[in-house]
Amino acid sequence: MTPVLEVRNLRKTFGGIVAVDDVSFNVNDGEILGIIGPNGSGKSTLFNCILGQLQPSAGEVFLHGKAVTRTRPCDLNRLGVSRTFQLLQIFPQLTVRENLILAGQEHQGTMLSRLFGRRDAGLTGAANQMIEFFRLGHLADEKAGGLSYGQQKLLDAAMAFMAGPRLVLLDEPAGGVNLTMLQSLRERLRAINAEQGATFVVIEHNMEFVMALCTRIVVLAEGRIIAEGDPADVRRNPKVIEAYLGH
Amino acid sequence: MMVSKKTLAVAAMALSVVFLLVAPFLFKPYGVFILSTWVVMTIAAIGLNLTLGYAGQVSLAQAAFVGIGSYITAYLTTRGWPFWSTYMLAGTSCFIVGWLLGYPALRVQHHYLAFVTLAFNTLVYLIFRNEEWLTRGIYGIMNIPRPEVLGWSMAKPIPFYYFLLAHLALISAATWALIQSPWGRAFIAVRENPIRALSLGVDTRRYTLMAFALGAGLGGISGSLYAALVQFIDPTPFALGLSLNLLLMVIVGGSGYFFGPFLGAVVAVLLPEWLRFAQGYYLMGYAALVMLLMIFCPTGLLGFADRLLTPKAKSDSGPNPVLPDSAAPQKAAG
Repeated sequence: MTPVLEVRNLRKTFGGIVAVDDVSFNVNDGEILGIIGPNGSGKSTLFNCILGQLQPSAGEVFLHGKAVTRTRPCDLNRLGVSRTFQLLQIFPQLTVRENLILAGQEHQGTMLSRLFGRRDAGLTGAANQMIEFFRLGHLADEKAGGLSYGQQKLLDAAMAFMAGPRLVLLDEPAGGVNLTMLQSLRERLRAINAEQGATFVVIEHNMEFVMALCTRIVVLAEGRIIAEGDPADVRRNPKVIEAYLGH
Repeated sequence: MMVSKKTLAVAAMALSVVFLLVAPFLFKPYGVFILSTWVVMTIAAIGLNLTLGYAGQVSLAQAAFVGIGSYITAYLTTRGWPFWSTYMLAGTSCFIVGWLLGYPALRVQHHYLAFVTLAFNTLVYLIFRNEEWLTRGIYGIMNIPRPEVLGWSMAKPIPFYYFLLAHLALISAATWALIQSPWGRAFIAVRENPIRALSLGVDTRRYTLMAFALGAGLGGISGSLYAALVQFIDPTPFALGLSLNLLLMVIVGGSGYFFGPFLGAVVAVLLPEWLRFAQGYYLMGYAALVMLLMIFCPTGLLGFADRLLTPKAKSDSGPNPVLPDSAAPQKAAG
């Protein structure tokens, strides 16, 4: 079966620094792949290269077997690939509902139909469902900028799911989220994975979160893949332990 | 509180509309002329508010578009073209030039973009002044005719004022529809977080160019009406000063608020006239007032009103932060 995402020999250099060094891996349909690694190991740069936010220096990216290297992020998103960022990225002056409607609107119709066509086209309903799903109901009409950090983090994740993506790349979804909300976030991600069959790639530092959520893990250190396998194996791998504990 | 805010806005709007409709009978011809200028400048400021207020792209070139629109109407109507054809041409030409001016905005932002657009304004001004074969340079173009509507002449000040007012009404309605459409949300997204917008499928490149083109198009329409209003144009009004003045209108009124340009144009066009009783000091007084305004309400008059009328978020959701994990979604108080 063709993998959902195939990354082949991806490389990214900044001047003399090699941030991502010849990285290759597959993501299979329906799995939750975790990417871990110490700070500065190239995880976020890898995401940015896959998603067209950065131009890779070499290598290729395939989506369902089709080359998508250097495709613009907005076009990639319309092909069903969605993402969140390491730092919270929302639209503070829009309400929670408007944030979500925005996250879905560009997937319908054309520029012209978005200007002259039907105003709603089911987006409000879809946004309300997402609001309920992430339990943000009481905040739907609040400006997103006024929410607490944890609530914004949930909204941030909810936006990534608004257009029913097939593949979602999450960059540290658990960063700065408290314990109760973490559990709720994990449940939501699992539910979306199980019910809608969305495939996930998750960058995370919180080991407990990763081990409990992911079905397979890739470990990066200094831009290279040093280990790959199911969570229990990776945890015992001496190379991984060394990379985390230092020399 | 939400209801009272809305009621207040509707009441203020109704009063303004009534005032604008009866105003010509309350003022001398000069007053009607100033009000007409207000209408024309408001249209240009609505355009800039789309580019700057909603889409967040700094432009110091709005006067250039008002100028291009003015010269197109002036040049062609004095050669026998019907007003309406020159009006459409002014709008479309500026739309296209604005689209092209948007390209630098895809590469540079903020004050760098301000300088690019400033240079464009200066360039256009120099063309107006120096290309005498086309624009008659500093001698200007005289005897610009006013249009007819269904055989009714708009030549007299009061009919022409209503003619302008009708334009303002239509343009406001169209702009309102635009910002309520997905485009309006996309513009705000481009302003607030272009990187996230791009990752959510928003073609930020196309929307940025559109914001420039639409803002410029409204500038061109405003210019076309301006030419018919003043009936004589020379390069002077379209120098950088007007661009800065339009920027002032958008910021003082409330950048990114629909009614911001209307109010900003009151401050920039009408207020100096009302302050004339102070004679030699009126410009000083005006400058001081604008400075105070910017110090005490940097988000503009409407931003200030918004803050006054919006209940504090804290008292709304109670002292304890509501956790989304709680079994049943809690309703905010009230």
